[in-house]
Amino acid sequence: MASADQIDGQPGIRLAGVRLELESGAGPVNILRGIDMTIGAGEMVSLVGPSGSGKSSMMMVIGGLERPTAGQVQVAGHDLGAMSEDELALFRRDHVGIVFQNFHLVPTMTALENVAIPLEFAGRSDAFQRASEGLEAVGLGHRLTHYPGQLSGGEQQRTALARAFAHQPDIVLADEPTGNLDGTTGASIIDLMFDLSRRRGATLLLITHDPALAARCDRTVKLLDGNIVDDGLSGGEPLRAVGGK
Amino acid sequence: MSLGVAARLARRELRGGLKGFRIFLACLTLGVAAIATVQSVASGILASLQEDGQAILGGDIALRLIFDQATDEQLDYLRDTADGVTVNIEMRSMARSTTTDDSTLVELKAVDDAYPLYGDVELSSGRPLDDALASVDGRWGAALENSILSRLDLAVGDIVRVGDAEFEIRATIDHEPDRAGGQTFSIGPRLMIDRAALDDTGLIQPGSLIYTTYKVALPQGMVVEDYVAQLSEQFPEAGWRVRDFRNASPQLAETIGRLALFLTLVGLTALLVGGVGVGNAVKSFLDSKIATIATLKCLGATSGIVFATYLLQVMALASLGIVAGLIIGAAAPPAVGLVVADFLPVQVRLGVYPWALVSAAGFGLLTALTFSLWPLARARGIPAASLFRDLVAPTKGWPRPVFVLATAVAGMALAALAIVTAEQPLFAAYFVGGAVAAMIAFRATAWLVIHGAQRLGRPRHPGLRMALTNLYRPGAPTAGVVLSLGLGLTVLVAIALIEGNMSRQVRDSIPSDAPAYFFVDIQPDQIERFDEVVTGIDGVSGVVEVPSMRGRIAAINGIPAEQALVDPEESWLLRGDRGVSYAEQPRGSYEIVDGAWWPADYDGPPLVSIYRDIASAFAIGVGDTITVNVLGRNIDAEVASIRDINWQSMNVNFTLVFSPRPISSAPHTFIATVQATGDAEAAVQRAVAEEFPNVTAVRVRDALDTVNDILGRIGDAVRGIAAITLVAGTLVLAGAIAAGHRRRVYESVVLKVLGATRSTVMKAFAIEYGLLGLITAGIAGIVGTVAGWAVLTQVMNVEWTFLPTAVLTTAALCTAITVAFGFVGTWRALGQKAAPLLRND
Repeated sequence: MASADQIDGQPGIRLAGVRLELESGAGPVNILRGIDMTIGAGEMVSLVGPSGSGKSSMMMVIGGLERPTAGQVQVAGHDLGAMSEDELALFRRDHVGIVFQNFHLVPTMTALENVAIPLEFAGRSDAFQRASEGLEAVGLGHRLTHYPGQLSGGEQQRTALARAFAHQPDIVLADEPTGNLDGTTGASIIDLMFDLSRRRGATLLLITHDPALAARCDRTVKLLDGNIVDDGLSGGEPLRAVGGK
Repeated sequence: MSLGVAARLARRELRGGLKGFRIFLACLTLGVAAIATVQSVASGILASLQEDGQAILGGDIALRLIFDQATDEQLDYLRDTADGVTVNIEMRSMARSTTTDDSTLVELKAVDDAYPLYGDVELSSGRPLDDALASVDGRWGAALENSILSRLDLAVGDIVRVGDAEFEIRATIDHEPDRAGGQTFSIGPRLMIDRAALDDTGLIQPGSLIYTTYKVALPQGMVVEDYVAQLSEQFPEAGWRVRDFRNASPQLAETIGRLALFLTLVGLTALLVGGVGVGNAVKSFLDSKIATIATLKCLGATSGIVFATYLLQVMALASLGIVAGLIIGAAAPPAVGLVVADFLPVQVRLGVYPWALVSAAGFGLLTALTFSLWPLARARGIPAASLFRDLVAPTKGWPRPVFVLATAVAGMALAALAIVTAEQPLFAAYFVGGAVAAMIAFRATAWLVIHGAQRLGRPRHPGLRMALTNLYRPGAPTAGVVLSLGLGLTVLVAIALIEGNMSRQVRDSIPSDAPAYFFVDIQPDQIERFDEVVTGIDGVSGVVEVPSMRGRIAAINGIPAEQALVDPEESWLLRGDRGVSYAEQPRGSYEIVDGAWWPADYDGPPLVSIYRDIASAFAIGVGDTITVNVLGRNIDAEVASIRDINWQSMNVNFTLVFSPRPISSAPHTFIATVQATGDAEAAVQRAVAEEFPNVTAVRVRDALDTVNDILGRIGDAVRGIAAITLVAGTLVLAGAIAAGHRRRVYESVVLKVLGATRSTVMKAFAIEYGLLGLITAGIAGIVGTVAGWAVLTQVMNVEWTFLPTAVLTTAALCTAITVAFGFVGTWRALGQKAAPLLRND
């Protein structure tokens, strides 16, 4: 059985026994039920599953946005469990790029300023220079001073892509990046995202409901009810059942 | 570095404009403008008192004698050592029309040629003062304040009689530079004559209450203290009271200081009420920024950067509101100066008063900080995961302890600023304590309303059910409305009660058997004839004549009075002269609380009966010795009894009453009180003025009108500032209702779709806001009543009566405002079309 971290020899993401339990009005809800998964550095992995299967929660755990109830999370060589809230923020600043379905651009900032934010947080003196290059790279060199409200949906998502890749992250997390876009625009965004990931050598974790899009990744991980039912390596059976990593 | 990033982010966020911050800005601007205006105007008046000190005092120093005149030797010394000396004599007297025999009380001032040493007397005719007062063809001239002309129906050029002399009215006085530096509480308009003319009036009689002031211009370079020291060395026994230009009108300065403090605190209440609006606005703003904050956190922003970004933004906006308030405050002195010019004896000095503006800005900044730190600290804790969870609910709970502490520190700094900058820190401290207690009371009230509504269950009446649930559903404006409107109303209730009690005090202070007139300066040889003349008039029912002189408490048991004083609150006893009388039998309205009156034929060493406050001021009792200086002579007397005086009886009462001998042999005059029917009043005044030109009549009603007038004007100022508090409260209320507008529109649409009529929805909102208004008004009524009681009885020492009308009127106003605002908000909501909203959702 091939192990994911053996794909190119260096693990990008490693989850071990990750459980996530959240409180709700009706009592505790098990979101993730003991996830073991490894994604190699530079690997492009899609995450699929029905609504409520735990895709977004898993992504949040990997991005340091949610703390697991149990288990270990290692991303880009960092053990996230040992980090404080602010250390997690700095970790994201240096290693993670996120692309949202709803773009989440800051409405009071221009496209250039939106892209420059993570670079500014990192104290880069060339933040705007690099942000400008990033926008050029996604074909928005002519929209630098436009505000999100003045951009189309596709342009907004391209800005978000430029922002996610601006600081050359090790990991890019994309949560249904084409969910709010029409088919043609969505396709161009995906091309762009794959292209950027490849060129930068970033690990890409992509949540999607689109089987065709999922198929473009190196492998597809399937989630159901908080469990991985197919890690794209072991032929569709629950990974845990076959021994995990 | 991160602060630089936060500053950049804040600057970008500011591009969002002022949307959502209008109430925030209005609240801060209003509060800061109120405080800056009060402080600037007060500073303008005090600056005028200070900078025009020489003109207000009439010299660099002023030496005042009562009854007495300086000796030739003293006057020569003054003239030899000073650059200029002017002698002014002031007394109360009657001015009489020679055509109608009408008369009116005036503040008479006789001046010599050197007057004024500083400043100018401005006359309507534009002619020089000397010219206006000079004797022309054997007739003296007089300059007087306009009101005398209207009271006596005279005009410039007519003749007015003062004492035994007649004067040609040559001009009216537009400005008298040293009016505020006058020696006594002014109850009449000014009439100015030449010093030499005073002798012709025959008003200078032994024992007449005459103030002679020697105003001195010092040579260039002479230090005031040095001159005063030389003077007391040269004339250690001189009984004059010395004042200098640096504190030209201490009483006015004190009054202005106290009024400024009171108005500043009312202004601070407006700011506190506005602070609730500031807090609400910051909270709503940050709630709308949850997605942005979470995005920034996803991109690597630490909580510190988030906090700094929004703190900087809020403070930048606060600065905008504060600066707007300061501009209004800085521009206020000229405008307010025009309004107060008529009743202030000094001008409001134009200018920008940095300290006034700095303190107002400090109040604004600390209020903004105190009320925004809490929501800012909560926003700092917004998790990045909010983006994935579509969290719309604002974060709840307490922020981290360090931010709770920071909020407390900002609040304490605000309190400290209020106390440190106050003329009377203790009063300000009471205010701060009261404000905190009131805020806690209203918070508790809000809690009770919310939990009470929850516990009431589900009434069958749909309107009532909706109204009750609206009070406690998440995001309900209940707490904000109760707190802001409650605070504003508390101030209004307190002020209504204070004002009502003060007015009632003045109105009710005239007992039914009160005299109509006081006549002063009746000479001993006139007293018999005076009695005859007055009692001979129909309608006169009671005439009481008592001997009167002035005396200064010099020592207690041989210790100088200043050192013997044990209660500093009673230091007024040392500030001037006290009325002194003698009597064989007890007289007036009092009760002997200790000791006994002397026998009618007592002829031993001097005994004295003293007022209770004197006994407590010096901690003395029956058997102690008190030394009183009467007309320059010290009289040692043993305290025989202590009296409690009912001052409101309007009878003539004296704090010091001696056994008749030997004091009755000192020069003195008589004071008479006369009871008369309304018709007889004019006849009494006319008869006395005709036969006794030297006797001054004080009509009780006129004197009370003067006091009422002053109270009314102070009341106007207080009401004006208090209105700002209500405006701030209303703004906060409007803000709270506007914040819930979207939800209200949605609710209304859904309810309409489900079959609710407009009237059902309207009734529900009317009940909701009616309940809120009524409960808030009820609590504000209680808290305001306690505050009013505390100010009246603990600070002003005024008798307290609960005035239900004042409280009920204010409460009704509260409910009306709340319901009106609720209705306006709901009416707009009900007007919304359902389809677009439902399609969007």
